Amino acid sequence: MKLAIKRTLFLVVVVGIWQLVVSMNIFPEVVLPGPVKVMQALFDGFASGSLLVALGASFKHLLIGLSLALLFGTILGVILGKSRQADETAGMYLIALQSIPSIVWVPLSLMLFGFTEFAVIFVVVLGGTFVMALNVRSAIQNVPPQLVKAARTMGTSGAELFYRVEIPASIPYYMTGVRLAWAFSWRALMAGELLSNGPGLGYSLQFASDFARMDQVIGIIIIIGTIGAVVDQLVFSKLEKNVLKRWGLLKS
Amino acid sequence: MFLELKQVGKSYEDQQGRFEVFSDIDLSIEENQFVSILGPSGCGKSTLLSMIAGLEKITDGTILLEGEEISKPGSDRGMVFQEPSLFPWLNVKNNVLYPIKKQLPKNEAEDRVKHFLKMVHLSKFTDHYTYELSGGMQQRVAIARALSMDPKVLLMDEPFGALDEQTRDLMQDELTKIWQETNKTILFVTHSIHEAIKLSDRVIVMGIRPGRIIADINVDLPRPRKRNNPDVVELETQVMDLLKVEIDKVLKEEIDYEASN
Repeated sequence: MKLAIKRTLFLVVVVGIWQLVVSMNIFPEVVLPGPVKVMQALFDGFASGSLLVALGASFKHLLIGLSLALLFGTILGVILGKSRQADETAGMYLIALQSIPSIVWVPLSLMLFGFTEFAVIFVVVLGGTFVMALNVRSAIQNVPPQLVKAARTMGTSGAELFYRVEIPASIPYYMTGVRLAWAFSWRALMAGELLSNGPGLGYSLQFASDFARMDQVIGIIIIIGTIGAVVDQLVFSKLEKNVLKRWGLLKS
Repeated sequence: MFLELKQVGKSYEDQQGRFEVFSDIDLSIEENQFVSILGPSGCGKSTLLSMIAGLEKITDGTILLEGEEISKPGSDRGMVFQEPSLFPWLNVKNNVLYPIKKQLPKNEAEDRVKHFLKMVHLSKFTDHYTYELSGGMQQRVAIARALSMDPKVLLMDEPFGALDEQTRDLMQDELTKIWQETNKTILFVTHSIHEAIKLSDRVIVMGIRPGRIIADINVDLPRPRKRNNPDVVELETQVMDLLKVEIDKVLKEEIDYEASN
């Protein structure tokens, strides 16, 4: 409970400073609207349904893109993790690909697929796949050799060793991969949508900016941050923590 | 003979050439015996045990278990490691069930799990996960797991090495009871002289550089063997003197090397 109070107080202070800056009239109100105006814009957006449509579209892109990224990332990661040959040949390029910011893919994606939803999904897939693949690779490579040895003395080998020991043993790293893939995909989604033809949160943001509606712009930024934090805290961090605890990797 | 090692040797090849851990190990072990392999670090005692388990390649000679040559791991040899090596995603019951899950009908397998968990006094903890258990408890689960597949021989690689003194003492008593109850052949690797003498019918002492067997001692003392029993103390002193020669040799080599550089 104390934590909740601390966090609420902090938020109140931040909003207070924001209001203070606005009241000092350093910037014109068109450029920096106050908290009340932003809340009003958010309320209007939800009431008219336009933000809900945008949210729905964004989640659709994310769900499809992230699922594909997890699938491709897992396949790539398992290949690199299991085959030394593949890892030595392609492993370095994976790191290079992973270090490319998602927004860089957007022009390419638009050229390839036009102003379609698929172009956005493509960027999301690229955003999540490489980080997932890197983590799955680590997951496979970091299976404790001790557990493999123990399993072998109990007569486990080959494919059975892979699905009865190596897969479950790699779940903690795998979960970290899923959490990071979500975070990267979420960022990629916004980058992709910003330059798309909508609908989507990123598109709404660009649209509001084009019409100089800074109240809406700030409102959408708040939504994006809130969703990012809530999904991470309520879903992925929790999941990861539970797994780490069960696997005895969490120092409590 | 039950377990037989003939001219067994182990060597590694690397850039600097061939490195021999040990060679020409000849050893015969009778069924139902408790045998310890004792030696200083680096003498290759754990490697030897791993070779019997089938985890390490046998570079020279042969190892026979009931006349059959060992080339890979198998469920006729159960192994307990220094680290408990339990599967953290399985609870205690399923860890013990792991090796027999596919080999036995469900009822029979579960009865066996119950039997061995009772033997190691962990019936109350069947639903617990590894992270909820102490080191000693984890090691008891590992022993139950190895026993559940009913191996012909139980291989133990410094199983109590990571435990504190009191727990270690209790575990040694437990193991003696388990051994008397199950009548298993146990091959036990340790570097503790006291542990070897307290537990075993026979102590194989290994030397270092080159790795070899320097003594084969029958321990014909009644159990339980108390720490202050004069016979135990005498035997310990005797083995200590044997090992001191080996350890001094290593030390001297190291000092000479430093001096020559």
